Amino acid sequence: MAVIETKSLEYAYPGVNKPSLKDISLSIEKGEFVMLTGPSGCGKTTLCRCLNGLIPHFYGGEMNGELIVAGLRVSEHPINELAKRVGLVFQNPENQLFALSVEKDVAFGLENMGVPRYEIQKRVDWALQIAGIEDLRERAPHELSGGQQQRVAIAGVLAMQPEIMIFDEPTSFLDPLGAQKIFEVINDLNKKLAITVILVEHRLDLASKYADHVIVIDEGKVVLDGEPREIFNSETAWLLGVGVPKVVRLWHLLKENGMSLSGVPVNSEEATSFLLEVLKRR
Amino acid sequence: MSLTIPDGEFVAIMGQNGAGKTTLVKHFNGLLKPTKGEVLVDGVSTRSVSVAKLARKIGFVFQNPDHQLFSETVEEEIAFALRNFGFEEATIEKHVTWALNLLDLTEYRKASPFMLSGGERKRVALASVLAWDPSVVILDEPTIGQDHKQKEKLRQFIVQLNEQGKTVVIVTHDVEFVAECNPRVILMVDGKIVASGEAKRILSDAALTYSASIVPPQITQVFHNLANFGLPSDVIDVYEAKKILLGLFGEIKR
Repeated sequence: MAVIETKSLEYAYPGVNKPSLKDISLSIEKGEFVMLTGPSGCGKTTLCRCLNGLIPHFYGGEMNGELIVAGLRVSEHPINELAKRVGLVFQNPENQLFALSVEKDVAFGLENMGVPRYEIQKRVDWALQIAGIEDLRERAPHELSGGQQQRVAIAGVLAMQPEIMIFDEPTSFLDPLGAQKIFEVINDLNKKLAITVILVEHRLDLASKYADHVIVIDEGKVVLDGEPREIFNSETAWLLGVGVPKVVRLWHLLKENGMSLSGVPVNSEEATSFLLEVLKRR
Repeated sequence: MSLTIPDGEFVAIMGQNGAGKTTLVKHFNGLLKPTKGEVLVDGVSTRSVSVAKLARKIGFVFQNPDHQLFSETVEEEIAFALRNFGFEEATIEKHVTWALNLLDLTEYRKASPFMLSGGERKRVALASVLAWDPSVVILDEPTIGQDHKQKEKLRQFIVQLNEQGKTVVIVTHDVEFVAECNPRVILMVDGKIVASGEAKRILSDAALTYSASIVPPQITQVFHNLANFGLPSDVIDVYEAKKILLGLFGEIKR
């Protein structure tokens, strides 16, 4: 069953004549791990804002077409109602954290939802544990490293137990190992808790192995929508300058020169095994 | 910490979050003064010169553009420093137009920086510093939020700046970007420099990179996995990888 469904969705920010999203028709199934990518300024963040109702309820502007998220027509439900179903983690955790302790920050959303005290404690414990930051409970968020801060932000959203979580370039401020750990936390949320994940990313070399559905947007339109392998291999992705993983580029360069591998690798492990087949024939 | 960056060098400072990379480069334009020791820019101690004066020589683009942008329009943002430096209006106009064009921002000239996307705001911050043509350019995480095409343009531009004799210092986690630029890499862990040298040597040393919370480039990982087949361990570039593999493939065919 589709948990997110859009039909001919169109949106323009107030005072802007050019629409930021044009004719978006998408269907995202429950439990999918979706990677959303496309050139800088193409409308990725705008689409994320639609999915949890920040658009149109907070930003205003004109929204047309159909948008149903977790069974709710977004234009008819306020943000606070949508926030329980759809969590959004920002690019920069600094923009999201504000409390004096990690625990208070994670509890904030629940307090606003009017969740009973004992239930808040239970859910905060649970969210801290899943994000792997139980030991940071008493610390001040602004004293933590970027990776730790991003985990706090994730825990704060997770505590509300949304069925969909949206991550808007959650690792761009993190070092590669820190980024990898965050991707693994996100992957666990998807695989173990069956949360539908929408991940906005440019660093496809790091993230592509987790996704089972890739959507590419350009100039406010969906230009590619399918399986990762199929997308990375498509001419359009290259022309748009999507950050196709280096191993895919290597595969192309080799193919151009008459050396074919048994498939298109999307990560270094696959590239290794495809090359191994060739080398073993030696 | 002791470190020398010669005139006209291209350096990438890499390392984990919190290693002290940004703190280090903030000493280069006098935003921070050393508690002990000395920082010399063109032979002059940063203690004896104002940040305003150093800024004319050393352009600094912050990691988070939102810490830097404040004007009502992109155009005013870029013109701001130029006005402060006392450039003539005609020159300002020329520099602004040049910088807008360089960073693909011409269509946003009259837009508010805050209406732009994260990646676009980052480019406005870059434009506002490059516009006054400083002789040293410090870029803190320049590739954040940039797609592949913008990164490629940025890379070409940085290389061009460097070829014009400018000193370029980038602080970055972006291993693939560094692998394509091939600067000198300075690797930091816990406030110390643990390695310094050619990108090829540093990025292909897996133990060293992991100690700094960095992952070797994808191509290097593949070559390390296939080390048993005699593939060299220090390849970071996809074109070099192609050449080596085609060589091997030729042998296999025969």
